[in-house]
Amino acid sequence: MQQQAGIAEIFRTEWFGLVATLVRDIGDLGLTEDSAQDAFIEATVNWPTHGSPDRPGAWLLTTARRKAIDRVRRNARFAQRLPQLLEAVTVNGPETDAAPTGPLDEQLALLVGCCHPALAPESQVALTLRSVAGLSTAQIARAFLVSEATMTRRLTRAKTKIREARIPFVLPDLDALSDRLPAVCNVISSIFTEGHTSTDASSLIRGDLCDEAIWLAEVLTTLVPDDPEVAGLHALFLLTDARRATRVDDDGIPVLLADQDRARWDQRTIACGLSEITRAHALRRAGPFQLQAAIAALHATAPSFDQTDWRSVLRLYDVMLGWQPTAVLALNRAIAVRHVDGPIAALRAVDAIPEADDLRGDLDQYPYFHATRGELLAELHQSADSAAAFDRAIAVCSNTAERAHLERRRRAVGG
Amino acid sequence: MKYMLILTSNPTDEPTPGSKAFGPYMQEWFAYSAALNEAGAMVTGEALQGTETATTVQMRNGERIVTDGPFIESKEVIGGFYVIDVANLDEALGWAAKVPNATFGTVEVRPVIQFDD
Repeated sequence: MQQQAGIAEIFRTEWFGLVATLVRDIGDLGLTEDSAQDAFIEATVNWPTHGSPDRPGAWLLTTARRKAIDRVRRNARFAQRLPQLLEAVTVNGPETDAAPTGPLDEQLALLVGCCHPALAPESQVALTLRSVAGLSTAQIARAFLVSEATMTRRLTRAKTKIREARIPFVLPDLDALSDRLPAVCNVISSIFTEGHTSTDASSLIRGDLCDEAIWLAEVLTTLVPDDPEVAGLHALFLLTDARRATRVDDDGIPVLLADQDRARWDQRTIACGLSEITRAHALRRAGPFQLQAAIAALHATAPSFDQTDWRSVLRLYDVMLGWQPTAVLALNRAIAVRHVDGPIAALRAVDAIPEADDLRGDLDQYPYFHATRGELLAELHQSADSAAAFDRAIAVCSNTAERAHLERRRRAVGG
Repeated sequence: MKYMLILTSNPTDEPTPGSKAFGPYMQEWFAYSAALNEAGAMVTGEALQGTETATTVQMRNGERIVTDGPFIESKEVIGGFYVIDVANLDEALGWAAKVPNATFGTVEVRPVIQFDD
């Protein structure tokens, strides 16, 4: 049993590096994943009887390369490419440990390749979870609430495009890399967001996805240590995730920031987040993830909701809106306005959003928009309008836990 | 690896012959083709006459149906193409971004099927 736990642990630490090295040698992501999978299956059979090797990573790589050659020989699809593949596998083969690129470069090349803009956004996310994080197709399907068949098709289509259009898994030069990093950050961010507030699930938080996203962000900070936005992304996750335990009550219903038990926020994670945001700031190039992290830091360090530095929060939202004029950001800014200038000013700010031509996004299907209006109207003793706003929020909310919270608020305002 | 760059744009966005912008615009195309040649990436490339000159042909039940006009009527039309030979999609996308009418039109990048070798 301990052996099994050992293999699971080794899978966690070795999968990414193994896939990254193999795809560099073989060039085919589908073949790479299948061969890496084969190697781990062989490990679960072989290690319990023969004992674990001293260098599990090297053992897995040698085994996976052998499996790749077997697969190439068996599969007609690869027949014409057999000589090149054999050469690729043997030139960089088990005997030579000298790699043309370092292991970190290979890993970054794989991650950047999975997030290639020529792939559909949902495919980028699925490929990253599969090839980098090592989740199974079934696990990814569950995480995104689609059938395994759908996810299999999505991954197959993506890998076919990678092969047929020859999307390269090579490290771009520095200039190109800085163009590609935002896409990588966005993919990891969408994994975190899905975990943090699942769009369709019955529970608000799916910690497994948050953990994967935090791990990916941490890996990315190792691969690209000097990019401020990467550090900002990591900081944002840590500062947000530190509140995980207090974001829902015992019934799984969301607890608003104002009502969360701050004593139970994870101070160690907050400290890590703060040190990341400090590191990002020292790199002297601001960006959206750093600003979001700065706002999260103001919340994480405030002694209470009322004692939050709302003026700074408001200022940060103003800067962010200059970069990304989206309706959702404008809504969050309006909430800061509430605490700086009061509910009348905030309601005016909220109601101005749908009319503003320069903001991207339609808030009508966004439950937070109606819920925010509902809260502000309730505060201004306009119960009927408040109730109507909450009704609208409930109607467009697809998350069961959030809907329960909205219904509770709707009953409280009466109207 | 060969890719076809399929160039589509709305002809009304294009500088017309005789206008002041036309000469420099054509120069951009010559320079672009020359750059492809110089890089050893050019396989072939052609500019097409307008869709008002297009004729479509279909064979149905052994019968030839000939129709005036393009395959699809739309404002954006295929104005030309390049076939380039480069290492991978990133290089192909790099060339696609430099096509002179990419600033107002659209370049579709399609891998060419390799049947043997």
